[in-house]
Amino acid sequence: MVALIPLLPFLAFWLIVFRGRRLPGEGAYVAVGALALSGLLSLVILGQVMFGGRYQASMVWAALGDRTLTVGYAVDPLSAVMLFVVTVVGSLIFVYSIGYMRGDPRYPRFFAYLSLFAASMLLLVLANNFLVLYAAWELVGLCSYLLIGFWFERPAAARASMKAFVTTRVGDFFMFLGILLLFFTVGSLQFETVFAAVRAGSLAGPVLTLAAVLVFGGAVGKSAQVPLHVWLPDAMEGPTPVSALIHAATMVAAGVYLVARTYPLFSGSPDHVALTVVAYIGGITALMAATIGIVQDDIKRVLAYSTISQLGYMMLGLGVLGYTAGVFHLMTHAFFKALLFLGAGSVIHAMNTNDIKQMGGLAKVMPATYVTMLVGGLALAGVPPFAGFWSKDEILLEAFHHDRTLFYLGAAGAFVTAFYVFRMIFYTFTGSLRSHEAHPHESPKVMTIPLIILAAFSGVIGLVGAPWPVVGNAFHRFVHFEGAEGAPFDLNFAAISTAIAGAGILAAAVVYRWRWVSSAMLRRTLAPLYAVLVHKYWWDEFYVFTVVRPVVWVARQLRTFDIYVIDGAVNAVGIIFVWLSRLYRVFDLYVVDGAVNLVGWLARATGGALRHVQTGRAQNYLLVLALGVIVLAVIGITR
Amino acid sequence: MQVGLTHYLVVSALLFCLGLYGILTRRNAVAILMGIELMLNAANINLVAFNRFVAPGAVAGQIFALVIITLAACEAAVGLALVMAAYRSLETIHVDEINLMKW
Repeated sequence: MVALIPLLPFLAFWLIVFRGRRLPGEGAYVAVGALALSGLLSLVILGQVMFGGRYQASMVWAALGDRTLTVGYAVDPLSAVMLFVVTVVGSLIFVYSIGYMRGDPRYPRFFAYLSLFAASMLLLVLANNFLVLYAAWELVGLCSYLLIGFWFERPAAARASMKAFVTTRVGDFFMFLGILLLFFTVGSLQFETVFAAVRAGSLAGPVLTLAAVLVFGGAVGKSAQVPLHVWLPDAMEGPTPVSALIHAATMVAAGVYLVARTYPLFSGSPDHVALTVVAYIGGITALMAATIGIVQDDIKRVLAYSTISQLGYMMLGLGVLGYTAGVFHLMTHAFFKALLFLGAGSVIHAMNTNDIKQMGGLAKVMPATYVTMLVGGLALAGVPPFAGFWSKDEILLEAFHHDRTLFYLGAAGAFVTAFYVFRMIFYTFTGSLRSHEAHPHESPKVMTIPLIILAAFSGVIGLVGAPWPVVGNAFHRFVHFEGAEGAPFDLNFAAISTAIAGAGILAAAVVYRWRWVSSAMLRRTLAPLYAVLVHKYWWDEFYVFTVVRPVVWVARQLRTFDIYVIDGAVNAVGIIFVWLSRLYRVFDLYVVDGAVNLVGWLARATGGALRHVQTGRAQNYLLVLALGVIVLAVIGITR
Repeated sequence: MQVGLTHYLVVSALLFCLGLYGILTRRNAVAILMGIELMLNAANINLVAFNRFVAPGAVAGQIFALVIITLAACEAAVGLALVMAAYRSLETIHVDEINLMKW
């Protein structure tokens, strides 16, 4: 039954690839149906896992010498939660796509790619060894590439898909090295075997730290952490449902999932070196991306930087031993960020532009979108009782108890988060419409209903991780890690984090709602800071100078070398052989052909001469015969 | 003069040469068949003569001669039939005119 979960979308993928437009709903219903069915199965499994059920299956795939490679799946609380998130959020986004992608010339292909993505992501979640995980990891990367470049006629989309693929490959390369290191030290790729080696102490010390950090390299690439975060904002060139599903809710969270899945590697690292790396990368990412989000005018880019920032929070949570907090934030974020993206998609659908400065006053024309996005914004900002509050509060609490620097990074990030998301909401939905060409309208039901469902989830899903009286924190009991138990809920602390969020929202309102302070004036007074933010800390420029230019330069040199030296050598060989064969042609023509023709000519001449003997008259032959006998007789007698 | 083996052989050789000459020179197919008969009879004389002078008690030569006579009869029958057939279709029995098989 577990194997069916990734298999159903996979079958849907093939069906849509081959049948396409002939399927019901041009393939959309097949994709939605398959994933919804997987979702039901995931819910059943989640229920069973809650009551202590575990699934595990492995089979030997190949034997390399005395080492064997196994493939298999395992379901534990972590993967059960992920299955639930991927299938539920995925199904809603699939439904939304029916409306959003209507009329696209490659409509069935979109659903085929989405199904392939869902299948790969579910496989990734179910993997119980590094081999299957890595394969699924690359598959989701491929789907991301295909879907970012879905509108490949647009040069920006084509470039973005390439950038995403190449950038994540850098991280994947480190991860691959890490997996190889584990394979050669432990001799197995099974998670259980590797973790057992860590527990037994046979995998320890610097090697373990190195392996953990290398594996984390893959997570940095996939989850768009500093310094490999540059691809995610550009990935917004893809269709909005793709941004919601892949580049907000699920695939980018795969990096966080990877760290959580291989948590024993990180927690086993001596002096928590690997965890500290994770925490600092996460903390820096959280604040840096949030600050960039303030100055973005493209609604999807605001959300993209927000995603990077929130992924940083998850890493931060995991890094400060808040295992449950990190995973919890992954889950809540998947719901409210998918909601925000789909809401942004609904706005873009209505306005035909991504620029929030063109929008305004949309609250009146698009009430459903407005209310749901407001819920998403409150959840993202971390206002109780919405989902984001519970998880972010938990992460900040863990950071506070673990490392003050990290806490200040996170807290500053939380303020900025509340600020930029409400800046976006105020620009979009309040005031009056600034564009004169647009005629906004509410989106169709097939788009608003997923929004409403996601809003409901964003509202209440955080409560599963709330510290209820009597029953306590249910999510914490379900998903936890021995040795990373987490700090207990603290009401004073919750008040502080709510105050931070409130301050952010208030600041945004002062500037963008009530306009007591003009944003232009702020920009002038903080010009140096604004320059840094608007250039995104010059990361892209940094890469252009340190990576892109040198690589292009080397490639040019190699091209020159290729043309003049390698091609030259090849051409020289070619020319020599052409001349040799010309010589040989003369030999062939006059000597070999001459001999052959001579044989033919001789046979023909002989035949020509001898044919006159064949008169066809038996009497002539008989005469010759008689003469021959006489000659023989004469010879015989005279001898 | 005692008639000996040599005399028979000379007669036989003359007869053979006559037959051969006939075959080589005549254009008429029937005449050629007659030449063949002459040559066969030359052979018969040889066989009988050898039987008489070399192994008087034996009969192999005579039996051979009888076989050849029989054969000659058959040959004449088949040969004449062929001549008839050729005449019917070609309206000639001159062998130099029967040249359909020549290239």
